[in-house]
Amino acid sequence: MEMTGAQILTEALLREGVEMVFGYAGATICPIADALLAAPGLGYTLVRTEQNAGHMASGYARVTGKTGVCIVTSGPGATNLITGIATAYMDSIPLVAVTGQVPSIQLGRDIFQEVDITGAVLPFTKHSYLVKDAAQLPRILKEAFHIASTGRPGPVLIDIPIDVQDQLVQDVEFPEAVQIRGYNPSVRGNDKQIINVAAAISSAQRPVICAGGGVFLARAEEELRDFAARTAIPVVTTMMGLSLFPTEHPLNMGMIGTHGNAAANKALAKSDLLIMIGTRVADRAIFSPDEIQKRMPNIHIDVDPAEIGKNMQSTIPLVGSAKIILQQLMERTLHADCGEWLSQLQALRREELDRTYPEQEGFVFPGRLLKLLGERLREDAAICVDVGQNQIWSCKHLRLKGGRFLTSGGLGTMGYAIPASIGVKTAQRDRQVVAVCGDGSFQMSMNELAAIRARGLDNKILLLRNGVLGLVHQSQTRPPYHGPFGVHLEGDPDFAAIAAAYGIPSLRLNREADVESTLDAFLAEPGPCLLIAEVDPAWRTTD
Amino acid sequence: MKQTISVLVENQAGVLNRITSLFSRRAFNIDSLAVGVTDDPSLSRITIIVDSGNSVVEQVEKQLNKLVEVIKVRRLDESALVGRELMIIKVSANKNNREHIMTICNICGAKAADISPTSMTLEISDTPERVRTFEDMMRPFNILEVARTGVIALQKGSGKI
Ligand SMILES: Cc1ncc(C[n+]2csc(CCOP(=O)(O)OP(=O)(O)O)c2C)c(N)n1
Repeated sequence: MEMTGAQILTEALLREGVEMVFGYAGATICPIADALLAAPGLGYTLVRTEQNAGHMASGYARVTGKTGVCIVTSGPGATNLITGIATAYMDSIPLVAVTGQVPSIQLGRDIFQEVDITGAVLPFTKHSYLVKDAAQLPRILKEAFHIASTGRPGPVLIDIPIDVQDQLVQDVEFPEAVQIRGYNPSVRGNDKQIINVAAAISSAQRPVICAGGGVFLARAEEELRDFAARTAIPVVTTMMGLSLFPTEHPLNMGMIGTHGNAAANKALAKSDLLIMIGTRVADRAIFSPDEIQKRMPNIHIDVDPAEIGKNMQSTIPLVGSAKIILQQLMERTLHADCGEWLSQLQALRREELDRTYPEQEGFVFPGRLLKLLGERLREDAAICVDVGQNQIWSCKHLRLKGGRFLTSGGLGTMGYAIPASIGVKTAQRDRQVVAVCGDGSFQMSMNELAAIRARGLDNKILLLRNGVLGLVHQSQTRPPYHGPFGVHLEGDPDFAAIAAAYGIPSLRLNREADVESTLDAFLAEPGPCLLIAEVDPAWRTTD
Repeated sequence: MKQTISVLVENQAGVLNRITSLFSRRAFNIDSLAVGVTDDPSLSRITIIVDSGNSVVEQVEKQLNKLVEVIKVRRLDESALVGRELMIIKVSANKNNREHIMTICNICGAKAADISPTSMTLEISDTPERVRTFEDMMRPFNILEVARTGVIALQKGSGKI
């Protein structure tokens, strides 16, 4: 069989089970475009800026468990994609990013639209390839998907010069398996350590489970819920672990960290055994790891051995997949006696959940709005949240029934929510999908309303409009700073008119009394809808 | 404390770049790094000397292990390794002090590699300490230039990594 490099690429994508490619056109990927034209089995979503191809592929990957794929052109296309790749890297999202490149014989001469993209993304890709010979493509693609999706997942970049895309290869064979001698992530936990963990749990009086995004990545949601239920150990999550448990679940104490819930932070501070599962001890989650490490023993379960001991020394390190390790643990009789501890925390949690919210004429308080939104969502809804006050309010106040909460946790990339929610919707048309944005973040990705329209999607977007870059505004109005600067979004457009220009209807909300009926109308809208809620710029995330 | 890490990697373009990029990104300080192909032409061995505490060196090992092209990483036992560095050193020399220089060379196990009416170029391959001693002994003769390879090392005995 004779194939061009570009045809090998599309064939390999089909063999990997790829159904959707997010991309943007350009001269150095014309051969690939031609191969896509001849591969109707591969869906294609045209983004409006390459960064969003990364975010859409990320949303797609996170809900399907498959590897997200994006294809962009060389030079500016590739550099625009960088933020998407870095965002995925920080949250360990499996992506395969393909970039076009100038002809291989001209590499290094700074010709039109040449950038060293493999060099540029080196620090935040799991691996990368610069392909010099199309005959290597079947192997490289097999490896790329394997590396992106196994162990600790992450983005892999494949840079393909245009002549390699055109290169004819005879007798193409697609490998069934990979052989990479330097890459063998361990999945099973060490049996001796498993016994130690079980023993530590049995003797703890105030244990707490701290679950992170790694649990989703390992597809270990069920195992975690079983494990918690069987031991009745209270659970806290990181931002990346939100939605592992429904907000009102009796064991769920909420999110830890700088912007976390009181009960969760208390659980962390006062526990006598910290059981970390799929979490990397990030600074926003565990602010002073040295303190925590001195105060209590900790079990650290992670698939990436380098995370154990990186930010905090571990008493019982356990390397492997969260799914397998939880199964191994549940083969043992686990006994935890912490009823007293649990009820203390539950009381604190209840107080927090039953709190009242501030009111201000002409505005709606995001906390109450998000609480009521969550209560109205379907059980399996996906909610994609941007960055800023809107993110923190969402983490704190959304009443999740389960479903899936997605945000850019590691990089905190504004503009993530809308494209990620489009990625989710592209994969799962029947799923209820809502994005939450601030007016700053919204304007970073509002061009993607076109993708919603073009693909006939019914995404819902909640815009918390406060006229400022709220979270930065909030920090600038407190010492050591002397006042807001560069955070007033003067020149903000009429967002309803923007939506209307894309054929998307919108609703406005500026009275607490209208919140419930407006939310109902918003969610009942059969197509896409933008809900613009007026938020007081003076409100802080601590209100 | 100085520690020696021996790393087997795929002998491919770009691998060294990944490794040095890793060191700078993770803010690991290295004393020296030496690389060369092994008996198996598909493999290179990189010897890295790190001067850091145990927990940092452990992170270095773990981060290196994450690179797809890194096949094995071992911290060598400092009390049982053969470590050598090659130094080429050029000093000012003339008919009056050449013999004196050669005496020091003989004592230190160094050799003359080149000679000119006003200089001598000497080579020594030895442990880093002895190479340093030799360099110190050459200082009074006015050192013109020095090139050194960085340490390469293998564990003693018949085992291999
Ligand atoms: C791409 C990017 N640029 C800048 C920042 C820094 N930043 C963090 S939060 C924030 C303000 C976000 O404003 P907005 O989207 O209006 O949301 P709000 O805080 O008002 O809810 C900024 C500028 C960032 N996180 N990402």
